[in-house]
Amino acid sequence: MANKKRKIVPIGPYHPLQEEPEFFKLVVEGESVVDLEIEIGYNHRGIEKLSESKHWDQVTFLVERICGICSTSHPFAYVLAVEDLLGIEPSERGSYIRMIVAELERIHSHLLWLGLAGHFIGYNTVWMWAWKAREPVLDLFELISGNRNSYAMMKIGGARRDIKEEDYSAIRKTIKDVYKDLRLFQKAVEDDPIIHKRTKGIGVLSYEDAVSFGAVGPTARCSGVDVDVRRDDPYAFYKDVDWNVIVLKDGDVYAKVVARVLEMFESCRIIEQCLDKMPRGEIAVEVRDIPAGEGIGRVEAPRGECFHYVRSDGTNRPVRHKVRAPSFMNVATNQASVPGYTISDAAITLAAVDPCYCCTERSVTFDRKGNKLLKGEDLIKLSQRKTEILREQLRKQYGK
Amino acid sequence: MIKDEVKKKLEGKFKDWSVKNPRRVYFTVDKSDLHSVAETLYKDFKMRLSTVSGVDNGDNFELIYHFGSDKTGELFNVRVFVHEQDNPEVDSLVPMFRATEWVEREIHEMLGIKFIGHPDLKHLLLDHDWPEGKYPLRKTCILEKKPYPQDKEDENG
Amino acid sequence: MGLKEKILTKSLWVYHVSAGSCNNCDIEILDCLTPRFDIERFGMQLVGSVRHADVLLITGAMNKKSLKRFMRVYEQAPKPCFVVAVGTCPCSQHMFRPSYSMEAPLDEIIPVDVYIPGCPPKPEAIIAGIVKLIEKVTKNDKRRS
Repeated sequence: MANKKRKIVPIGPYHPLQEEPEFFKLVVEGESVVDLEIEIGYNHRGIEKLSESKHWDQVTFLVERICGICSTSHPFAYVLAVEDLLGIEPSERGSYIRMIVAELERIHSHLLWLGLAGHFIGYNTVWMWAWKAREPVLDLFELISGNRNSYAMMKIGGARRDIKEEDYSAIRKTIKDVYKDLRLFQKAVEDDPIIHKRTKGIGVLSYEDAVSFGAVGPTARCSGVDVDVRRDDPYAFYKDVDWNVIVLKDGDVYAKVVARVLEMFESCRIIEQCLDKMPRGEIAVEVRDIPAGEGIGRVEAPRGECFHYVRSDGTNRPVRHKVRAPSFMNVATNQASVPGYTISDAAITLAAVDPCYCCTERSVTFDRKGNKLLKGEDLIKLSQRKTEILREQLRKQYGK
Repeated sequence: MIKDEVKKKLEGKFKDWSVKNPRRVYFTVDKSDLHSVAETLYKDFKMRLSTVSGVDNGDNFELIYHFGSDKTGELFNVRVFVHEQDNPEVDSLVPMFRATEWVEREIHEMLGIKFIGHPDLKHLLLDHDWPEGKYPLRKTCILEKKPYPQDKEDENG
Repeated sequence: MGLKEKILTKSLWVYHVSAGSCNNCDIEILDCLTPRFDIERFGMQLVGSVRHADVLLITGAMNKKSLKRFMRVYEQAPKPCFVVAVGTCPCSQHMFRPSYSMEAPLDEIIPVDVYIPGCPPKPEAIIAGIVKLIEKVTKNDKRRS
């Protein structure tokens, strides 16, 4: 057998289409990927250490900027951790407001991912349509909180701002429009043969690997691991509204696309029920001093379980604040799901875990020999080229 | 709820069992018992490790392993104290499951605790030429005060 | 072709670099390409390689690990090249300034032409910043000629 040469294909760190710098080094033999090395740290800002020098309320704003896309999940988990330390329940109205904001964030985050995934496989129309559908959701955020991103809605004891009753109709209308767009995406994903060919059976993460790596979120649920913090360790009023956990068995990229679209439907249902059930009252309970103790808070961010641990010694700052973002566990699973497939599938597989690198601090992949064959942008181009080739084949096959 | 079952299974290996609220249990184990306790929780009770929090208490290091039972929503937080200040070491859990690979690398570079048996304890988040022996999350590492641009004198006069 | 002519007759090629950002600003920059804002109708496009860039859009508070990679990217950019700091992070490093892993605000590393503060700045603000850049360049060019 001919001695296949091993080549390195670095992707990143400043890859144009993955906005966050990360470094993946793929080791390829011919067309297939045999190994993956990941190096992260380009986004490391030392937030855990900075937390120790900020007072309790300032930390809420600090952790919001860990990640821009899941910017409400980190403050949510943090305030839950402090409330666990205090042993208090936040106000009811505040909890419902938190749920609405968290589910709106899930919708905007999954739409963002859908667009990027479409772009990675060469469907720029999907990118434009998904991000166009996302704009009304960002308008809602601006209506509720004053900012399209980094909404600062979380506060220890409840919510920082109220959702006015005259805004409920705007929220309901936007959700109805989102439903329409989601049905369009659902149909597109179910019917398009090229999306099936590009994503079915690609980048499979087995159940055993998902468990061993401690994967969370859609990455784990698509491999059959039934874990969702909203149901397992209920917070806010998730146990009082009717919704489903989406668990699929195949573990491939297609399952992840389908799961995210279905999760958005569930989020819309949750928001509508929250608006119906929203009680009157104070949006936050008053919290004065934080006594000594420790607390843990976790929420189901769009990417999975977001975990915060805080410890206090009775002063006005945390003594220790541990942050574990979901992508920290999920990005590592790429070491199991990327090797074994072709290089043109690498781009979509790496993107399928919905990496929030700023949560994790990017990854780098290195090759053993060190011969650079392709640059980062070539990998996306390879992926898009594969789609073009498939389109040609289908055209010839069906004579369209 | 399975905390009573867990307590019975781990008989003799823990101390200071405290139930902070129905779904948060904290207990302390000896360094030497860590591996067997983790094995019980991971293999017998099918728990998932969320993460490990490392704390510098000044006179010792504390590692808290956060194991979660997803079926019941309970978190079992296993405390391990490392008293050596000069060369703190703990057994690595990587041979059991891969979730601890990156977690232990991060604690090693932030707190300087060595994990025996870890395949490759190189830097995860910090730069490759970060000074050796400088551990950011230790209490001895103090953030320096840097002036904000508006605090500096106006150079244009 | 003089710079003024280039900007007014050719399209402005923009390259985006993230130097340790939380991704908020990066997504808002990409949002400028989407149908609602659509900067491509002004002739601006995002290019895939820094060697084609006229304008560098930089986000993120510069951290030590990104710095080396970033300088390599900056050296590859054809000069003259305009630098736009998008977001509060490159302007002043925001709340991350005291951190052990932070280097310095962007204008202490390379000369910056336009600052667009905000966390994140809205796409309208980013477009307004680019327009200010175009005005600045054409004014400077007029003064020289």
